[in-house]
Amino acid sequence: MALKIVKGSIDRMFDKNLQDLVRGIRNHKEDEAKYISTCIDEIKQELKQDNIAVKANAVCKLTYLQMLGYDVSWAAFNIVEVMSSSKFTYKRIGYLAASQCFHESTDVIMLTTNQIRKDLSSPNQYDTGVALTGLSCFVTPDLARDLANDIMTLMSHTKPYIRKKAVLIMYKVFLKYPESLRPAFPRLKEKLEDPDPGVQSAAVNVICELARRNPKNYLSLAPLFFKLMTSSTNNWVLIKIIKLFGALTPLEPRLGKKLIEPLTNLIHSTSAMSLLYECVNTVIAVLISLSSGMPNHSASIQLCVQKLRILIEDSDQNLKYLGLLAMSKILKTHPKSVQSHKDLILQCLDDKDESIRLRALDLLYGMVSKKNLMEIVKKLMLHVDKAEGTTYRDELLTKIIDICSQSNYQYITNFEWYISILVELTRLEGTRHGHLIASQMLDVAIRVKAIRAFAVAQMATLLDNAHLLTGNMQRNGICEVLYAAAWICGEFSEHLENPMQTLEAMLRPKVATLPGHIQAVYVQNAAKLFATVLKSQEGNTDSTAAQETSQLMIDRLPLFVQSANLEVQERASCILQLVKYIQKLQQKDVEIAEEVNALFAGELNPVAPKAQKKVPVPEGLDLDAWINEPPSESESEDEQPKAIFAKEEPKHSRPRHTEVDEKELARRREARKQEQANNPFYIKASPSSQKVYQDTPGVEHIPVVQIDLSVPLKVPGLPMSDQYVKLEEERRQKERAEKKKKEKKKRKEKRSGRGKKHDSGPESEEDITPAHQVDIVTEEMPENALPSDDDDKDPNDPHKALDIDLDNLVEAAGRRPLADSEKLPVRSHRETPKSPAEDGDTENAALQEPKKKSTKEKREKKKDKDRDRKKSKEEKKKKKHKHEEKEEDLLGGQADAPVVQSEETSEVVAPPTSTNPEVSDLDFWLSNAPVPSNTQEATTVAEAEAAPPPEAASGTAPDSEPDQPQDADTEEAKSSKHKKKKQKKEKEEKEKKKKKKHHHHHHHSDGGGEESVQNGTVEEEEPLPPMSNYCLLAENSYIKMVYDIQGNLQDGSQVVVSVIFENKGDSFLKSMEFNVLDSLNSKLQRPDGSGPHDGLTVPFQLPPGVSNEARFVFTVQSIIMPQKLKGTLTFIVKNEDSSTHEKLDFKLHFTCTSYLITTPCYSDAFAKLLESGDLKGSSVRLEGVNMPFHHLLARICFHHHFSVVERIDSCASMYSRSIQGHHVCLLVKTSGQTVSIDAKCDEPTLLGNVLDEIKQTFSQC
Amino acid sequence: MIKAILIFNNHGKPRLSKFYEHYTEDTEQQIIRETFHLVSKRDENVCNFLEGGMLIGGSDYKLIYRHYATLYFVFCVDSSESELGILDLIQVKVFVETLDKCFENVCELDLIFHVDKVHNILAEMVMGGMVLETNMNEIITQVDAQNKMEKSEAGIAGAPARAVSAVKNMNLPEMPRNINIGDISIKVPNLPSFK
Repeated sequence: MALKIVKGSIDRMFDKNLQDLVRGIRNHKEDEAKYISTCIDEIKQELKQDNIAVKANAVCKLTYLQMLGYDVSWAAFNIVEVMSSSKFTYKRIGYLAASQCFHESTDVIMLTTNQIRKDLSSPNQYDTGVALTGLSCFVTPDLARDLANDIMTLMSHTKPYIRKKAVLIMYKVFLKYPESLRPAFPRLKEKLEDPDPGVQSAAVNVICELARRNPKNYLSLAPLFFKLMTSSTNNWVLIKIIKLFGALTPLEPRLGKKLIEPLTNLIHSTSAMSLLYECVNTVIAVLISLSSGMPNHSASIQLCVQKLRILIEDSDQNLKYLGLLAMSKILKTHPKSVQSHKDLILQCLDDKDESIRLRALDLLYGMVSKKNLMEIVKKLMLHVDKAEGTTYRDELLTKIIDICSQSNYQYITNFEWYISILVELTRLEGTRHGHLIASQMLDVAIRVKAIRAFAVAQMATLLDNAHLLTGNMQRNGICEVLYAAAWICGEFSEHLENPMQTLEAMLRPKVATLPGHIQAVYVQNAAKLFATVLKSQEGNTDSTAAQETSQLMIDRLPLFVQSANLEVQERASCILQLVKYIQKLQQKDVEIAEEVNALFAGELNPVAPKAQKKVPVPEGLDLDAWINEPPSESESEDEQPKAIFAKEEPKHSRPRHTEVDEKELARRREARKQEQANNPFYIKASPSSQKVYQDTPGVEHIPVVQIDLSVPLKVPGLPMSDQYVKLEEERRQKERAEKKKKEKKKRKEKRSGRGKKHDSGPESEEDITPAHQVDIVTEEMPENALPSDDDDKDPNDPHKALDIDLDNLVEAAGRRPLADSEKLPVRSHRETPKSPAEDGDTENAALQEPKKKSTKEKREKKKDKDRDRKKSKEEKKKKKHKHEEKEEDLLGGQADAPVVQSEETSEVVAPPTSTNPEVSDLDFWLSNAPVPSNTQEATTVAEAEAAPPPEAASGTAPDSEPDQPQDADTEEAKSSKHKKKKQKKEKEEKEKKKKKKHHHHHHHSDGGGEESVQNGTVEEEEPLPPMSNYCLLAENSYIKMVYDIQGNLQDGSQVVVSVIFENKGDSFLKSMEFNVLDSLNSKLQRPDGSGPHDGLTVPFQLPPGVSNEARFVFTVQSIIMPQKLKGTLTFIVKNEDSSTHEKLDFKLHFTCTSYLITTPCYSDAFAKLLESGDLKGSSVRLEGVNMPFHHLLARICFHHHFSVVERIDSCASMYSRSIQGHHVCLLVKTSGQTVSIDAKCDEPTLLGNVLDEIKQTFSQC
Repeated sequence: MIKAILIFNNHGKPRLSKFYEHYTEDTEQQIIRETFHLVSKRDENVCNFLEGGMLIGGSDYKLIYRHYATLYFVFCVDSSESELGILDLIQVKVFVETLDKCFENVCELDLIFHVDKVHNILAEMVMGGMVLETNMNEIITQVDAQNKMEKSEAGIAGAPARAVSAVKNMNLPEMPRNINIGDISIKVPNLPSFK
């Protein structure tokens, strides 16, 4: 065996490895391709061998060849083989190769599912890591679906290295398998607060990516991110969060207000340019979302602009670039603040760096005004002349056009100037943007009527000098402008000074070298010109001139008839025949100019580019339905090709075709008319053009940009050119225009011919337009056009599928939890029956158990554990969240509008049965105007002022231990205390309400099911019975006290006793004093200066039926024994007529449990702890426990402050820590009704007492 | 998101290409060529950002690059990445310095002959187009741990192969290590370190 290995490796030495391959390629520079092909042959041989090392080596070489551009997909199967090697070395090679060349259509990918799953659950973290890395590159929808659950489990892996990778890859999984988002989201959210910065950063990364595409779903996370932002020190994380806020603020302006201050602080304080820059960017986004009119933010704008100016003036080109980039964002909303830096920006135009010049150009766009447009463009034109690279010149050209044409030519005062600029731009050599100039020319000529004469003159010159433009036409996009020139000259030929000359220019033989579509326009417009020329010549009574013109046409057109371009050919031959016919008529001295002109009468109006799309689909029209029965398969296969070949002479077949269909067509036309008549969206032709004044519904609703335009366009099936109207008249004389429209429609109905049409008499009189008025005609949109702008969205965008509402998920219990169908697919597996031996195992062995178990079970178990942990965290978070709000409430509410504040408070405190707590939470969070960034500190200060010392002490301490349910309560108590101080009668009602809720909140006596889960393991299928840690302290006819004790992690000698006082009678209770007889071990903390036997005043009064909570801090020396303290509560009972002094004695029972603090523990740390040998064991058996195991665990967790470390079937390990740092570990096993608890602790007395208490808990139920 | 990470030399020869989206081999080569053309004609002392080429992305994408001696490091990123952040990622704390540590004075030849190792380092830094780790020490720790594992796996069986390759390397006249990236430690002026 060993010999074989050695032999194998000796063989291997002489194989080429990657280095040899690279070296070989470098030594064969001349015949590289040949050398590589021999190498590939070798590789193929190597892949055929059995030795995995040889294969891996071959795959490694293939990966290199792939980088050089060789297709290696043929080796996909071998790559999978190498991936599944058990050795990490080879596995890594395999996964690398796979990540480089696998993709969705690689078919062997489906073979990898199980292998990847195995690697994901490998005990070696690097196997898992390598699998995750590879998977991130080639994950497919199938893989994502099958592995989503495994990856989700890994998100709670003990190793941060795996956690961060698992978190990050979830984004890819979401993209491929959007259904996984909802189930995975709570855990993802939880990872935002992971102790490991890398994991946290990964989670932020993923959520930012998600939120960038669908920001509104993540708005509810804003408070959490806000907290991260104010606490994190990792610049990467900060940048991501700040960028995320930039995406969120447009949706929620209030968020912006909240952000401004912390961001401004960051801007002032940070030294990292990257962070500074992103802050500025987000502040800009905030300012944009707040829009203008907020005077107090002008300071922020100034700050931004000023910081940006510093960046732009920096010698570092990168900063200059980014400064300009950010500046362009400000420009959109606050152009004024940017315009003052015009000098700087114009200076950047001269920068040697092209990227910077381009950015500066962007800025210019927003800086122009009517005044400076010409000046700026002049400067740009100079740059155009100087520019070297064509890209930059092209960019300049487009920018000039953009700047001039922006907002509907708003800044152009002189269109003659603009036309000349356009003409000047045509002199540019080698530009790709000929079509852009052309479309501008067309646009201006069509829309600005007054400029037509000038434009036509310029275009005629262009046509005359066409040879200048077409010098090296093949490479030259500029000849596109000839398209525009020809069309403008033809269409507006009445403005031509010398139409004959232009006509000649258009028919020059050189034209035949132009691209086909331009020639076609030439031919068509030559015909238009011809009509114009005829008209002028016929008036002259000199018929020979007209005939000569016809002759010119007849001489020149045959050149185009021979064109290879069908369009040109067809048009030319039509026109040629027409002209020949005209010539015949001319020879008979017939006046035909009028009729020829009629061919091209009518005007064309601009139509919005999206007009066609915006036409709503009429009701009842199914565009996907077949109009005719679909041809059968065989038909299309057999007959169609034949038909194509049979129709060798289309001229013959075409008439025959129409003949056949003539009747059918008539019938269809009739049907269509019927349909149109019934169709509310169809613009009907009125029988007479005179009769149209009334009924013009919908005209007002047409979403035209500025001018009230009323032409419904683009009725499906008809060419749009038919529907043009004179817009100008329409604007001035709407009714007449409408009439005309109807006429047109009628015409359009009658003939579906293309292009131009006859213009009837009435229009010519309206042709008179005011001479030099510059009218910018807007583009037309169809009636009922949909206002939405969603047509820009790509339907294939994978992020669309991720637009999933996550809010109600986040709020966990109660509302719309995950449906069964939404759970991630889990591989079902066979339950291995548990061996009886295992049951009786010693504790240590049982704790090692997980490692022995099959991977499947392990996964299962982990999932349970995760779920538990997730639940408890969720709960914690909720608490924390509220806690925060409270603090803010205190601050915000104090100063102004206390009533409103208290209202909001009660809303937040309400259990999540209210309609939409998450949203209202967010609202609440947002409703607090600017908050000092350091909330914690401020609160403490405020507290110290407001509250008596004991409270202050308890308030400052527990911040970092938010999983104590009492935390929120402290705050609540405080806030209510606060309000008490105000002593406002009208508030009492609200408070009462609030306190009731609050009461339930802790007692769960009314079966508030969703609140019952505090800390424990909850299986979704079975709700836990409500639980409460509060137990009765004392009770009489006036008052009832219940209490709970919690340790304080910050100070190992302190415990906090929360007592809820409930007024049971109908009297008013006041001047309550709480006193305890201190023991040697435990003392009540009293304010400085008071004696050791003084009582503590309870900081509130109790109206009838109200309860409230107060907290008292005790110092304890030793915590290993439970103890009892005697105490007294004295209070005054006040009725309407009398008041009496009452007292109530009680005994405070400090259990050992109350010194324990729920502390999460990872299983590896747990295992280490047990192995350390410092712990002493003890055990207890509980008989007759009749409850589900998870309930049992939940109880231990809840009542005794433990957390579950791991759970396997009916066995669980749990952990807790005392306030003085003792570790307490439990192994809980159940079989039947017997529960055995093996426990270990470094303090046996404490352990014994805790176990006794646990036993007691279960004996009670 | 990072769409692609490319390393090529002054002649446009690819030294590492990592695409986080699928392209065919031909398109990949075209992208590398196009990127090289865009990047190589820029002077030193101009900004390190470029609007994305035609093939890769379009307007939402940017090329962020750095030029070291004979090599260009190019990241193609979309707008969710911080420009300066990525720039720092390439140099100040992370990528190039990690390479420098792992290869001990990295030079182009290291990248030529050990492209697989570069991939492994990169995998610890960027995963699936998202930045995974920005802490250089953490990256080096993980890379070292994996290399150690590889060595232990090779064990005795790997020894002869290593010996052979050492011998092979010895007769290599072209293995001078004089193409060091000299300016690697020079920080960008006025750009305070990122982390």
